[in-house]
Amino acid sequence: MTTIPISWYLAVAAALFTIGAVTVFVKRNAIVMLLGIEVMLNAANLTAVTFSSYFRELGGQILVFFVMVVAAAEAAVGLAIIVLLFRHRETLNVDEAQLLKL
Amino acid sequence: MERALFLIFALTAIVAAFNILLRRHPLHSALALLVVLGALTGLYILLGAYFLAMMQVVIYAGAVLVLFLFVIMLLNIRAEEARLERRPFFRWLAVPFALLLGAETFYLVRTFEENPSPSGTSIGVTEAVGRELFTTYLLPFEVTSIVLLIAILGAVVLARRG
Repeated sequence: MTTIPISWYLAVAAALFTIGAVTVFVKRNAIVMLLGIEVMLNAANLTAVTFSSYFRELGGQILVFFVMVVAAAEAAVGLAIIVLLFRHRETLNVDEAQLLKL
Repeated sequence: MERALFLIFALTAIVAAFNILLRRHPLHSALALLVVLGALTGLYILLGAYFLAMMQVVIYAGAVLVLFLFVIMLLNIRAEEARLERRPFFRWLAVPFALLLGAETFYLVRTFEENPSPSGTSIGVTEAVGRELFTTYLLPFEVTSIVLLIAILGAVVLARRG
């Protein structure tokens, strides 16, 4: 099926995961931090699909399916929280969201 | 041919991921995430996971990313301004660490050159995944619907309170 070494895929996944993690660490905008989390989830998905495909075990792809569903749920709730945060504070900077109540 | 496609998709994904990090406007970051997702779809197809490639487009690009774009446009967010660097020293510390990580990855890629290369047809076709999903993983699949329901309820409750 494929002639590409497994480590190439894993290297791409590692790079993507690193970039996503740096996005979460560096950015202070809540939406962009969520985008970084999505990148990290996708990197993990790529790893799972790679191993699933190379070892011919379907469980990895099922796992990725569930990760996608949970990511969709997480994005919905996270963005609802972000909208609320913005309504209350007029900012998306997570450094300024220090208090649970105004 | 296959390696060329792999390199195209992989480089696209990584460059777009850097774009997410480097852009100041969240809208640009979200659109860069779309490119990452598209490139990953290509990689999934190369890996033979056709069902997941379709799901990637439908769920991530079709639902999650549109939600992100909707919220960004709803809130009318401006580009963030550059902040003052508190400890500029750490910025230079990042370069050797990045080089170290890159060298490590390169070493691993070279080391694991001989690895299992599967033969035969790909396993990620829709029929196989669907069969597995509705037999072995039936209970988790049903629990997924509860997760989604609770997420919808949570989002609605949060949005109404404002």
